Amino acid sequence: MAQTQSGAEGLLSLPALLHRNATTFATAPAYREKEFGIWQSWNWAETEQEIEALALGLINLGVNEGDFIAIIGHNRPYLYWAMVAAQSVGAIPVPLYQDAVAEEMAYVLGHCGARFVIVSDQEQVDKVVEVQDQLHQFEHLIYLDPRGLRKYDHSHLHEYRHVQEQGRAAHDEFIADLKARRAKLTYDSTCVMLYTSGTTGKPKGVVLSNRNVIESAKNSVEFDHLGRNEDILSYLPMAWVGDFIFSVGQAYWCGFCVNCPESAETMMTDLREIGPTYFFAPPRVFETQLTNVMIRMEDAGRLKQAMFNHFMAHARKVGPRILDGKPVNAWDRLKYAIGDMLVYGPLKDTLGFSRIRVGYTAGEAIGPEIFDFYRSLGINLKQLYGQTEATVFITVQPDGEVRADTVGVPAPDVEIKIAENGEIFYRSPGTFVEYYKNPESTASTKDPEGWVATGDAGFIEESSGHLRIIDRAKDVGTMAGGAMFAPKYVENKLKFYPDILEAVLFGNGRDHCVAFINIDLTAVGNWAERNNIAYASYLELAGHPMVLTAIQQHVEEVNRSVAQDTMLSGCQVHRFVVLHKELDADDGEMTRTRKVRRAIVEQKYADIIAALYDGSASVSTRTEVTYEDGRKGHISATLKIGDAAVQPVAPHKVAAE
Amino acid sequence: MLDQAGGYTTVDGRKIGGVVMEMKNITLRFGGVVAIKDISFDIREGEIRAIIGPNGAGKSSMLNVISGFYVPSEGEVWFHGEKRPPMRPFEVARQGIARTFQNIALFEGMSVLDNVMTGRLTHMKTGLFSQALWKGPAEKEETENREVAEKIIDFLEIQHIRKTPVSRLPYGLKKRVELARALAAQPKLLLLDEPMAGMNVEEKEDMSRFILDVNDEFGTTIALIEHDMGVVMDLSDRVVVMDYGKKIGDGPPDEVRNNQDVIDAYLGVAHD
Repeated sequence: MAQTQSGAEGLLSLPALLHRNATTFATAPAYREKEFGIWQSWNWAETEQEIEALALGLINLGVNEGDFIAIIGHNRPYLYWAMVAAQSVGAIPVPLYQDAVAEEMAYVLGHCGARFVIVSDQEQVDKVVEVQDQLHQFEHLIYLDPRGLRKYDHSHLHEYRHVQEQGRAAHDEFIADLKARRAKLTYDSTCVMLYTSGTTGKPKGVVLSNRNVIESAKNSVEFDHLGRNEDILSYLPMAWVGDFIFSVGQAYWCGFCVNCPESAETMMTDLREIGPTYFFAPPRVFETQLTNVMIRMEDAGRLKQAMFNHFMAHARKVGPRILDGKPVNAWDRLKYAIGDMLVYGPLKDTLGFSRIRVGYTAGEAIGPEIFDFYRSLGINLKQLYGQTEATVFITVQPDGEVRADTVGVPAPDVEIKIAENGEIFYRSPGTFVEYYKNPESTASTKDPEGWVATGDAGFIEESSGHLRIIDRAKDVGTMAGGAMFAPKYVENKLKFYPDILEAVLFGNGRDHCVAFINIDLTAVGNWAERNNIAYASYLELAGHPMVLTAIQQHVEEVNRSVAQDTMLSGCQVHRFVVLHKELDADDGEMTRTRKVRRAIVEQKYADIIAALYDGSASVSTRTEVTYEDGRKGHISATLKIGDAAVQPVAPHKVAAE
Repeated sequence: MLDQAGGYTTVDGRKIGGVVMEMKNITLRFGGVVAIKDISFDIREGEIRAIIGPNGAGKSSMLNVISGFYVPSEGEVWFHGEKRPPMRPFEVARQGIARTFQNIALFEGMSVLDNVMTGRLTHMKTGLFSQALWKGPAEKEETENREVAEKIIDFLEIQHIRKTPVSRLPYGLKKRVELARALAAQPKLLLLDEPMAGMNVEEKEDMSRFILDVNDEFGTTIALIEHDMGVVMDLSDRVVVMDYGKKIGDGPPDEVRNNQDVIDAYLGVAHD
């Protein structure tokens, strides 16, 4: 299958796509970035010049073909150019998570043996300098923002702008070399290497070829009919495969414009100013936005509130049907149109979603209420299921077949099969080449026929052909009574409450389940303010009796809903505790993409888990925390344990293994 | 350490220039109270100069003398080699001296951007009338001033609150906005009155970083008053120590730290 695809029109690499864009849509905007309060923009022709200058500068600095160039920083056009410049000279870009601490970076930089590192600012320079002694192959560091770096030793440190200037100056000397290197790129050359955060163990370097990236971009673009007039906002970590596909792969394939926010804090304002037509966000972003809307509506006047509630009720009734193109009677349509004028339109404008044609959410399950809220406003929000190893796409929801509880049908050219134990396997043109320097993991993940194990358990719904994910395959277990234990299913139900930020369920091999809960400080804090409840810290708010009562109600509601699922009714939460600190990636409790590291949490809080099972009413604990600058401290707390009512379940058999 | 002609070089290799401001035998009295008694010191180009001392030592009074808010009862203030006649504070501002205040003095109802723009006031030449019409030179001038303001907003990382009214901001950010406004004047000498007062550790670290970066990036000479000894010793090149209106120490942080008078007066008993 793979041999038949030779890259349409001979466009076998991103530099080749760049050249096509720079000649075909030279004056169309390619990048925008807000800086100094104004949107600065570069068209495709300018982008090609910038990238070429950097590429020549890199050759000038001594970059060889096959070198790894690490790229660390927040989303900026310059760093996206750095990736394509690296590819142009035959090197392999390796974007890293910019919020990683120095030790985490040391592992990745050492593992790929990066000779060159391109970073955004002093913060990142400091981290690399801190660990450079551990890195034998490391040679040169290039930075974007010179601020605070004047006094640094510049023997191995270069300013991005200067590298470009030197590249321009050495144009005649190196251009032939650059052209030769570019011409050597094939469909099978490595396009990028992305490290997976990994819920267990050390990160693995996923090698993706030009074929993987370009085929995936092409298929997904056709699937959603994306064109060169799209605008996207690039704000998700550059080290994440999704950002690479949307902001680089699809953007270069289509020739659409990538917009970079001014800073992480201004993202919501910038979103509104740009009004993207194609948008991607993890469920968390949609949740936060919805929470903010609800908080602001509570502060609104009586009339506005009444209007909002009235029309939102109507939108929930007919909005999704209108969006899916299903028949809706004339009166409801008219009322929806009026609602659009009075409520939905202005609301979408405030959120920055006025122009959205396609929106995606993935990474975690999204709450059905949240999902329906956006869809009822007429925003075409869909779900997809993917992973780094698949170059994102495994399944996607086609327009008109969108549901909160499934992740859609196999993406174009993707084959799916479900193993005996429920694990999902796929095979596609996006299937990764290998894990870098890790043949054992490659072999255990990808079989010789190209089938890749996702590590997720799920099943294909017979009625619709859609895939439903149950949980991580390795997290699915069996309880002492033989019932199936699938923690994610219950955790997601809990997390759909705005008060609850995170939940972790335990119960594998036990006779009943218990749960850790993290409250959402924004939502609960706002509630506390409204009810005149004073609190001095997260710890105090988390332990407030009224908060515990509210959480208990949520848990009991979830229990009622879980009890109805014949397969998973054993997973009801008997006892729970509201944790005294947020689970945090800096403490190793979560991955950088905010997935809970179950084993680490279980080990770290063993004392609390013990108390949950031995029936004690409270537990005293002392927890180590890591601050953003890497220093460590402790939090001590006495936590109350809550009991939740469970629904009686008729004992029923589950296929014992 | 000081060579009188050409300044000196700091521990971290920065070149410090000649004298920018010199205080000669300053005495300040309020009725019978002597706030400052016969103090002399200088501030050199490009350095971070700290004035420290226990409560009531006369630090803020000294800063107010430098900024022209108080006229000294006796003594002379020399700025850029010229003796400064008694001046109103706005005239001092025009000479290139900007300051922040111990208790934040921002326009609470205005946005951050507007507050920063007020710092450009001393650089505006067009009249009220042409500014109101916003034609020709006034328009060009505002664009230029906005550019300066935006660069400072970027520098101090307050883009996300650009349009937020100051009254809605937390304390630490207000302090940063005040610094932004002072910097917008592009001062030759920046006076900071307790820039870290009431801040938590993280905010103090941020503020220290900004002060160092301002000095480094713009070459601004900085005089600051501060309570937090750790911060002072880390940040400043030279320190004046005051106690009961008198100068009891003057020199680089390490020298001052080991000065017995300073230890006795300010730090109390040395803990060894």
